Order: sequence, then structure tokens, then C-alpha cells
Amino acid sequence: MSDQWLVLLAIFLPFAGALGIALCGRWPNLREAVTLVTAGAISLIVITLFLRVQQGASISFQLFEPLPGIPVFFEVEPLGMLFALVAGLLWIITSIYAIGYMRGHHEKNQTRFYAMFAIAIGSAMGTAFAGNLFTLFLWYEILTVSTYPLVAHAGTAEARRGARTYLGILLGTSIGLQLLAILITYSITGTLDFRQGGILSGYLDPAWAGLLFALFVFGIGKAAVMPFHRWLPAAMVAPTPVSALLHAVAVVKAGVFTVLKVTIYIFGADFILQSGASDWLIWFAGGTILLASLIAMTKDNLKARLAYSTVSQLSYIVLGALLATKMGLLGGSMHIAMHAMAKITLFFAAGAILVAAHKSDISDMGGLGRAMPITFGAFLIGSLSIIGLPPFGGMWSKWYLGMGTIEAGQWLLLCVLLISSLLNIAYLLPIPIRAFFGKAKDGTTYTQVREAPASCLAAMVITSLACLVLFFYPNPFYELAASAAGGK
Amino acid sequence: MIEENLSLLLVAIPLLAAPIAAMLPKGKLPWLFTLVVSWVCLGMAGWQLWLVNDGSIISYELGGWEPPWGIEYRIDAVNAFVALIVAGIAAVTLPYALRSVEQEIPLELSALFYAAFLLCLTGLLGITLTGDVFNLFVFLEISSLSSYALISMGRQRRALTAAYQYLIMGTIGATFLLIGIGLIYAETGSLNMMDLQQLLPATFEHRTIHTAFAFIVVGVGLKLAMFPLHLWLPNAYTYAPSMITVFLAATATKVAVYVMLRIVFTVFSNGFAQDTPTDDMFLLVGIVGVIVASIYAIYQRDAKRLLAYSSVAQVGYMVLGIAFGSALGLTATMVHMFNHALMKGALFMAIGALVYRIGSSHIDKLNGLGRQMPWTFMAIVIAGLSLIGVPGTAGFISKWYLVLAALEQNNWITAVVVLVGSLIAVIYLWKLVEVLFFRAAGDAEQTVKEAPLSLLIPMWILVIANIYFGLNTDLTVGVAQSAVQILRAVPQ
Repeated sequence: MSDQWLVLLAIFLPFAGALGIALCGRWPNLREAVTLVTAGAISLIVITLFLRVQQGASISFQLFEPLPGIPVFFEVEPLGMLFALVAGLLWIITSIYAIGYMRGHHEKNQTRFYAMFAIAIGSAMGTAFAGNLFTLFLWYEILTVSTYPLVAHAGTAEARRGARTYLGILLGTSIGLQLLAILITYSITGTLDFRQGGILSGYLDPAWAGLLFALFVFGIGKAAVMPFHRWLPAAMVAPTPVSALLHAVAVVKAGVFTVLKVTIYIFGADFILQSGASDWLIWFAGGTILLASLIAMTKDNLKARLAYSTVSQLSYIVLGALLATKMGLLGGSMHIAMHAMAKITLFFAAGAILVAAHKSDISDMGGLGRAMPITFGAFLIGSLSIIGLPPFGGMWSKWYLGMGTIEAGQWLLLCVLLISSLLNIAYLLPIPIRAFFGKAKDGTTYTQVREAPASCLAAMVITSLACLVLFFYPNPFYELAASAAGGK
Repeated sequence: MIEENLSLLLVAIPLLAAPIAAMLPKGKLPWLFTLVVSWVCLGMAGWQLWLVNDGSIISYELGGWEPPWGIEYRIDAVNAFVALIVAGIAAVTLPYALRSVEQEIPLELSALFYAAFLLCLTGLLGITLTGDVFNLFVFLEISSLSSYALISMGRQRRALTAAYQYLIMGTIGATFLLIGIGLIYAETGSLNMMDLQQLLPATFEHRTIHTAFAFIVVGVGLKLAMFPLHLWLPNAYTYAPSMITVFLAATATKVAVYVMLRIVFTVFSNGFAQDTPTDDMFLLVGIVGVIVASIYAIYQRDAKRLLAYSSVAQVGYMVLGIAFGSALGLTATMVHMFNHALMKGALFMAIGALVYRIGSSHIDKLNGLGRQMPWTFMAIVIAGLSLIGVPGTAGFISKWYLVLAALEQNNWITAVVVLVGSLIAVIYLWKLVEVLFFRAAGDAEQTVKEAPLSLLIPMWILVIANIYFGLNTDLTVGVAQSAVQILRAVPQ
């Protein structure tokens, strides 16, 4: 099979899978089989594509040409491959988890859930392999719209309100700011292609570069740079598998991925450094890192705390992009994978706690660790990886991000990163510690509570082991990130 | 033989068909006859566009009288394109009409209903094809008079007041147009558009011509529902029979936009509007129209009225393109004429399907219907996304060109207004979507069946067209660009 077909399959197979899921809605076991088969096929496809990229294959092709000179164009390049690899491999694991969770939690409308989930993954794949800014924007918007029903899944007033915020901010920023930025880019350069070194250099007065860059960075609402971060906590009303894969991996990473793409292929790192386009913008990223961490500390609801932690971690990647140094870009790109592994583990654990013990507030979780050792063990590993301690994968991306700030001579930003790591410790570690060593509020011991369904545990164990493995063997992601950042 | 007389036949066939339809026995026959006529018209309109798309021009002399003395039908890419929109929408709407009209129009009136519809089609096609300004006025009256009758046939008695209101406003508009035409005739002695294009520049300094221009712009603006001359439109669209709402929303305002383009750019050659404050006025009216009408749409409690206000806003976009007068701006206007016909056609058809099942389009009655009528609901969502201008849909293409046109002239305010208009569209459409899908169904929890196939198929043809023309713009942008060349051509 030619590479081109593999890319098309990666994008459209999930859509076919969604159709299959919808048709098999009456037979839950068959329906879940369709999900697993599709997800399995996608993992194989992304691995094959990855191997082809490693062999040096260059894959690009055009599908339609809606506007003269602006085709729907796909291209497999290292950064997109990295994103596709992360989202594709985690889908199968999340599917295994979701089956246990959705059944254990007796959720309604499961057919719609699995079908929309598959469509969202297909859109994430489209985003990953988009070969120009127009195609990227196309899939970015499909991803927004297709995840709306997942956020509103419960259909309660709270879910609808959350979903409204979600859609409002994401569509608002993307149409109001990002589309404007894209149109401005097109009207001054006459192209929307991704080119190594960027397309804007020479066309745009450096004085205006900062403003255009700001339109992009804030317009890419999925990157959740403050003050456009509210949609992410709002999205936590969704079922936990959605929060785990979409709002810790696929959707949010599509956002920071777009920021990286714009930085590397539209502006070009050199142009940003010359024009100082990110001089003041970078403080928004730095501010988001710290503020979101501080807000996370005040949240007692576990998913809300994790959501703010995600907001903070996303800005690490944006920070890496805005530094525009080689190390910064490398660290930011790697953080896509490292944070994904760790954060999905945390969300899996949060969901398992909800299913098994029906608890969502951190203050109620004292002593629960002894009843659910695997879940809280996984949570501990995920937390350590987020903090960036060895021997977990999260260390590497923070390492390179730190190097990036030093390379750029931004000592203050290095301090921001270090303070944030301390804040991470403060808001994440107490949770497993209290669960293992603390006591429940009313002093009861949890004899009735058992671990979550086996499929949930399996998923958690896999991702937490992955955090460990990525410390010793980060090579696949390192190589992709390094070649995206410009040479090894 | 047919090819030579194509343009005449395109008007003559529906005109002659109208009295025949009126005389047919009640039952399905009038509908079937109208359906055949409309499909024949579509075929001819497509053929005609194919003939002129290479830049050639068909000139047809009515009765063999040479222009400028006789009436000339003059077809170029501009009006062939609009004629295709009109005939195409008529052809798609008629299969939809059967069930919808059966339910909404008393059986004994159905033959007359279809006769009036054919007259309306005649008028709209005539407006687009004629090259004579007085003849244009005549056809405008034919289409208007028949649409007053059609609107008054709506289910509720309020349809009568709506039709009456439209009658008054429409007549004022037509009178203004006629006064303008009369002044031009008094000044130049000609009614032929191409002839006027030659004669008028010599009189551009005259007050009379400025007055004539003002009368015509206001008169056409009324027909166009150009803000703030739109007051007739929401009631007319809300209370008209569903099928008529679909047809008028998708064609009538488009034809009026075409008339505006012809008058501003062909009759008064390109440049007159720029030399007078007209383009600034268009810009102002467009901007205010987009914002204010969109905000009005948010507060409507009736789905049809909500979409009607959205139509007023969409007209604002087309007016903005005219205001720019640049190649990009006019491309945006031409493309949006086509795309807006697709999206509003689909949306009004979907609302019509809801009305078909529950007999009301009031928002409080629509609770939870989306779950019971999933296909209709999906149609609303996709056509709605197109209305918002999400990439991958036809609506995105129009917005793209319009914003580029604004940026080209460094008109930042308009660029932002267009995008803000899209965002307000998100608000009013999502209000509809939430009601349809999430709000609990009414207390009786009655089961509503999905709309019949004869409603769903035309609806989905338009929905799929919304996506198709968002990904392949060879027809829309291609034709629009050759049309724009003709509009912006400098007279020799």
C-alpha cells in the first residue's frame, strides 16, 4: 500500500469506524469491537507511517483545491508525525479504558459517544497531517465541532453550559482572531504553505510581526493561553475518557501543535528572533504557567485541578515555541508526547476513582489509596512525570525547555519554569500521599471499595509504564522533535 | 432552433405554463406540471450558462426589433449565473413542495398556488435575463405581485398582514425604481442597458441623473431588504407557506442583488458609485446591517423569523462586496449569492420539515425535536455551520473573499465586522441547536416521526451542495470571476 493511502486511512478510517459504530449501536459488544478494531488499525497505521518517515520517505499529496492556490493538502513531517503517533497510540488505550468506564459508570447514549470519539480522532489525524495552514484550520474547526457533543454528553444544564463555553471560546477565538490572522497572512504573502524558515519573512514589517503573532497565539484557543483558557475547565463536564484523551491529548495538543507549526513554518524561528515578535507575548505564556498552577492549587475537584494543570503545561509548549530557539522548540515538541503520557494517566486514575469510589473531590480521598493501590500508584507516577523528576519521561522535555530559556538568555523564564515545577509538586503530590497515608474525613476505612474494572486498570498501567519507558528510551519522540526543531 | 431562442424560452415557458397550471384539475397534476416546467427551465439555464461561460454574450432581439429601440435580452456570465441559481432552486424546491403544500394550502387553491409560483419564477428569470431597464421593472412587478399572493396563502391569518405589508413596501420600492427609470429616460431617451452605459457618462454631472440614481438604489434596496429597508422581510418569510419561504429566501433577494449590481456597474458604468458617496453609504449600510440584523436574530422566538433576520444580515455581506467594488469584493458578492441560496434553502427546508410534523416553528414548540428527527437536525447543523462560515463549507468561501477584499483596501473595520457577524451567527444558530437537541421534549412526550423522504431528499441535496461547493469552487468562483470581469469592464 502506498504511503499516501496510509495517510488517508489514518484520517478517514475513524470516520468509517464512526459509521460502523452507529450501525452497530444495538449490539454493545459488537459496537465496542468496531471501536477496538478501528483504534488498533490506527495504531498500526501510525507506527507504519513513523517507520516510513524514519526511512526518509517524504509523503505529500493534494486532495481538492477549494480556492485557487489554496488546496486541501497533506504532508507528513516530523512534528505532525509526533502528534499523530501520540494521539493514535493513545486512542486504543483510551478505548480499552472507556469500555470499562462507560459501562461501570452506566453512561447513556454510548453509541453517540463512541462514534463522536472516533470522528474526533480522525480530525486530530487530519490536523496532524495538514500540509498547509488552510488545511490545518479546516481540521482544527472540524475537531472543535465534533467534540462539542462529547462535552455536552450528559445533556444536563451544567453540561450544556460547559459545552456552550467550550464552543463559544473555541469558535470565537478561531474565527475572530485566528481566521483573521490567516487571512492577513494570505493577503500579504499570497500563500498559506508551510515552508521551512517561514513565509512571512520579507513580506511583513517586523514592527507588525508581534501583533500578527499575537492574533495567532490567542486565536489558537485550543492552546489555552490565558485569558482564553476558560473552555478547558468547562470541558471537564465530559465523561472522563473524553477529558483524558481529548482534553489532555488530542484537542489541546492540536492547539499547541498549531502554535508550533505557525512558529516554525509560517513565521520561521529566525524571523521571530529578528523581529522580536514574541518579546512581550512570551510573558503571557509564562504568566499562564504560573497562574494556572496557582489556580490548580485552589481546586478541590480533581478533574478541575487536572484541567488547570493542563492549562499550565500547555503554556510550557507555547513558551518553547515563543522562545524560537532550537532547544525551546525541541523541548516544546517533546512535551507534546511527554505531557500526554503523564496527563492521560492522571485522568485515567481520576476516572477510576469516580467509577470505583464515586468520589470527585480531593478532600474526600484520604485513605482511599490503600483500597485502590494500583490507581493511586499510577497517579503517583503520572504526577512525578508531570513534575519532571527522573526516572520519568517528563524530565526530558522540561530539561530541553530549560536549556531553551538559557540559550535565549531568558533567566527570568527559567525561574518561572522552576517555580512551576515546585507548584506542580504542591498541587499534585499531596493527592496520592494523603490517599496512601491519610485517613478519610469521617474516619471510615474503605472496605467496600474495590479497584476499578480491569480494563481501566490495564490502561492506567500501560500509560504509567510508558512514562517510565520514555525516560530510558525517548528516542522516537526525540528524533521527531529534533528534526522538526531544525536539524539534529 | 432551441439554442437560438433559449433566453426567450426560459421566460416564455413558465409564463405560458402559468395559465395552464391554473386550469388543470385539482390534485397532483398542477404540481407535476410545475415540476416538469421547472426542471426544463433548469436544463435551459444550465445550457445557457455553459454557452456564455467562455465570455461570449447572447443578445436576443425581441420581435426582431433592433436595440436600443426594441427590447433586448442580453445574457452574459453575470445573469446566466443568477438565472441558474433561480432555476436551480425552483427545481430543487418543487419535489419538496408536494407534501408541504398538500398540508398547508387548501386543495382547491393548489392549482392557483402553482400558477402563481410559475408567474413568480417567470418574473425572477425575466429580471435576470432582460437587457432593458423598463422591461426589468415589468418583470419585477410580475414577480412581486405573484409573491404577495403566494405569501398571503400562509396557514395563519397573519400571513395576510404580512403580505399586505410587503405589498405596500414593495410597491413603494417599485415606484421609486420607476421614477428613477423615468428620469433616466427623460435625460437620455433610452432604456437599453448597454445603450445607457454609452449615453449616461455625458450626463453624470446632471442633478437629474444623481436623483435618478438615488431613486433606483433606494427602490432596489427595498426589494433587496437592504438594512434599514428590510422591515417587510421578517414577517413575509415567517408567515409564508414553508415552500415559498424556501424559494423566496433563496432567490428573491439574490435577484435584487443582481439588479443592484447591474444598475451600479453596468448601467451607471463602474466608477460612478465611487465618485458619489454611494459606496460609502453601501459600506455603512452593510456594516450596520450585518451587526444589527444578526443581533436581532438572537432574540427571535420563531425559527423562521430568526433565519429571516439572518437573511437580512447576509444581504449586508453582499452589499459590502458591492461597496468595495473591487474584483475580490464583487467575487465575494457573486459567490455569496450562490452560497447563501444553498444554505438558506437548506435551512428553511429543514424548518419547513419541522413545521410539517408539528405545525409550528415557534422555538418553545421545538424542544427535543432534534432527537426525534435526526436527519432534519443534522441538516440544520451542517447548513448552520455553512452559514457561520466554518471551513469546508460553502459559507467559508464567501467570507474568505469578502475579508480578503476588505484587507486589500486596508479596511480593518469591515474585516472585523464580517468575522464578528460570523460569531453572532454562532450564537443564534446554537440557540436553535440546543433547543432542538438538549431541551427535554414537551410534557406529552409525543413521538414525532422523521420528515418524509420527499422533504428530506431535496433538503439533503442542498446540504451536500453546501459541502461540495465548500471544497470545489470551480463553478462558483470560476463563474463569479468571469462575471466580475464583465461587471468591471470599462465601456468602450
